[in-house]
Amino acid sequence: MLESIVSYGLAVGAVYALIGITYNVMFSASRVFSFTAGMLGMLGGVLGALFITRLGLPVALGLIATVACGAIIGVITEFVAVRPVLKNLEQHLYVLSTLAFALLVQQFTAIEWGTDAQPFPRLFQIEDSLVDQKFWLPVVACVATIVGLEILYRHTLVGRAFLAISEDNYAARALGLPEQRLRIASFALAGVIGTLAGFTGGEVLLAFFGNQSILNFYGFVPVALGGMGSNRGAVVGGFALGLFQQAANFLVGGVFAAVAVFVVFIIILLARPEGLAGAVSARRV
Amino acid sequence: MKARPLAWLEGKRTFILLALAGAALPLMDDSYIGLIATRACIYWILVAGLNLVVGFAGQIAIGWVALLTLGAYTTAVLTAGTVLPVVHPFLALAISGAAGAMFGVVVGLPALRLRTFYFAMTTLGFATIVTQVALAWKGVTGGGIGVPGPVFPAPFDSGWGFYYFCFALAVVSTWMTANIAVSRFGRGLVAIRDAEVAGEASGVSKRSLLTTVFLFSGALAGVAGGLFASLQSYITPDAFTFDLSILFFIAILIGGRGSIVGPLLGTIILTVLPEFAAPLVAWSTFLYAALLLAIVLAMPGGIADLLDVKNRRPLERHREIVPRPEILPRLLGEERENEGLSLSNITLSFGGVRAIAGLDLEIRPGEVHGLIGPNGSGKTTTLNVISGYYAPQSGEVRLGKMALPPGAPQRRASFRIARTFQTPRVIGAESALDNVKTGGMIDGRASFAESLLTLPRHRRDEADLHERAMRALTAVGLEALADVRADRLQHSELRFLEIGRALMLRPACLLLDEPAAGLSAEEIRRLGTLIKAISRAGTAVLLVEHHADLIFDICDRVTVLNLGKVLAAGTPAEIRSHREVVSAYLGA
Repeated sequence: MLESIVSYGLAVGAVYALIGITYNVMFSASRVFSFTAGMLGMLGGVLGALFITRLGLPVALGLIATVACGAIIGVITEFVAVRPVLKNLEQHLYVLSTLAFALLVQQFTAIEWGTDAQPFPRLFQIEDSLVDQKFWLPVVACVATIVGLEILYRHTLVGRAFLAISEDNYAARALGLPEQRLRIASFALAGVIGTLAGFTGGEVLLAFFGNQSILNFYGFVPVALGGMGSNRGAVVGGFALGLFQQAANFLVGGVFAAVAVFVVFIIILLARPEGLAGAVSARRV
Repeated sequence: MKARPLAWLEGKRTFILLALAGAALPLMDDSYIGLIATRACIYWILVAGLNLVVGFAGQIAIGWVALLTLGAYTTAVLTAGTVLPVVHPFLALAISGAAGAMFGVVVGLPALRLRTFYFAMTTLGFATIVTQVALAWKGVTGGGIGVPGPVFPAPFDSGWGFYYFCFALAVVSTWMTANIAVSRFGRGLVAIRDAEVAGEASGVSKRSLLTTVFLFSGALAGVAGGLFASLQSYITPDAFTFDLSILFFIAILIGGRGSIVGPLLGTIILTVLPEFAAPLVAWSTFLYAALLLAIVLAMPGGIADLLDVKNRRPLERHREIVPRPEILPRLLGEERENEGLSLSNITLSFGGVRAIAGLDLEIRPGEVHGLIGPNGSGKTTTLNVISGYYAPQSGEVRLGKMALPPGAPQRRASFRIARTFQTPRVIGAESALDNVKTGGMIDGRASFAESLLTLPRHRRDEADLHERAMRALTAVGLEALADVRADRLQHSELRFLEIGRALMLRPACLLLDEPAAGLSAEEIRRLGTLIKAISRAGTAVLLVEHHADLIFDICDRVTVLNLGKVLAAGTPAEIRSHREVVSAYLGA
């Protein structure tokens, strides 16, 4: 049993961590919390099954097509639901616009794809020796994403520009950084990461439109607790959440696991609204 | 003014038409229409309460379906008597209301601590959890099989009988929330939404106000749940989809924030629309989402804005603000006990920066005390210490003999300390008059329940507030613009509006943060006269300002700050000739 707890826990934990990073990538570029993070995860599963199972594309092409769609949808999100409401960030209209956009996509998926959870194809036709591929795939994707982001942010000029934008938007613009184009790029990147999460976690989570709300919530928990914008927090929190949830699932049953996660989440947030590692907010008057 | 016998009807036309249509609906003798109408009534009972949370207080509570679920199961389980002895349906409905109120607070209270998106997430989480619990708790809820809904006794057991029952409750909910909307509580909620900091300075207590509203809104949702269970005649967790939450939420936004009529029409439209276009049913949530996006991007004011013809009439282009200081004594009261405000040895550092380093200051009633100094010398910080936004690390602020609690900005109003802000903080969506009324928040005597039912004490409060607010507007010279939305006013008018709001408090001490910024020379002159008159009526006035002319013109005493310390203090004449001040600040 310990084996299944750990393997399941790490697999879903990796997906949660990736969705958390998706939230972060969008947040850093725009200061917007976006309900589209879970949507991207959901689409990763659905599009993967669509391209590979239904349309019969090879796995590699299916992956590329899926993340490309993710990137495009990310860009559309920026144009439709984020840019128009950025002017008055303090009115929090982005909560509504991104929710509306995510719902549109979800409902469209439900109608066109169906409301049943459908199987996700097996990606590699190999005998799994030690651990099944459905468990290690998301973990590998998560590690690859972290390494990739680290290289991007620390060692490339574009990555440094991303950091500058997230650090101080105004100052970055004053330096002549193309803030708008970087923001679009960030949303495309978020689209790639989000769909990658859903794609690699597809065999565990299935191709199911209802994954959207689940991933929205469980992907948000680690970033909320770890502090918005912190990828380290998202990864540590994501894996911890995955393990905790699966342990509770096996030991006391699904409903109580859900209730337990929720209660812990609320209590920690109420005690420390800025997250366990976050900074206290600035002056108001 | 001409007496108009039907004046009270104004603005109520839509309500009355809807009520007549609702009462006459059974004449159509179509049970299908009756069913839809009953559902619309039930949804509205919930939305009416949620409207105060979302539309007025601006809290993004999305998962309100959780409370509908709770109410439905409570009523159904209690009347079925499967777990406890059988309870009469009406009593069960009342218990559902109470349970809903309790849970409304549980779901809502995180709003006091959390940022918008976080709060939205927690309400979504609640909605998911409640459905899952309903599924898993088979012994009580019947799990996926469900429980039968309650049947209300005759005459409410027939289709139309039950409709009238729901309709009557819907009318009562409308009436109650409309009463709250025009009370000081409604204005306080809107202040929390649009001008939280200014609301605090006027004594709006976010904590107690939101708690009360969550109680009320939860109770209505619980009752709506009980009725919903009866309408469904059999309930399973499937009946409470997330789509319902979206419907409730979007009905309010389509209707327009801060309105009652708008969300009412929104609820009716969203309930009825899919019924008349059968192919649309599968697409209904898709359409709701599309509507929400369209509303947010294109028409943030919603239906209420479309109906608001009055505020589209053009305003006179060349307006003059002519304050009338002579009525100040009547507004502020003739004889007032006031011993002035004193600061002793205040220090405050932010990290390593000493913003205020041992400041003593005395502001006497009947005098204008000027506070000047270069940028970063600690002027606004001093104001923020007095009005409680910062707690000093040492030292004390006293009003007369009473020491003010450090921090606690929302308690300053009860000490009659009022202030204005460097950038005016007003509620753009409300009229100038309502903005000023917000300043009189703490003088209301009626409780929330009294306002809900418009009991005499509430009516006295409102009449009194109205009279004083008109007087305050006249005193600052804006009475002609009383009914104009504040976001249509010019910058200079907002400055005077803020002073009007501060005067509603009958302040013992008035703190003005750069009131002359952005005003024309003529307006500054009038402002000076007004400020001087306010002080002469017995108020201790502290004026932070960069316009040296205004300071030397109207101040009785001037303190010059530099690097958080007093550089010089004295009469304007002394300061003007003070060598260090001239070299450090005024210039030769």
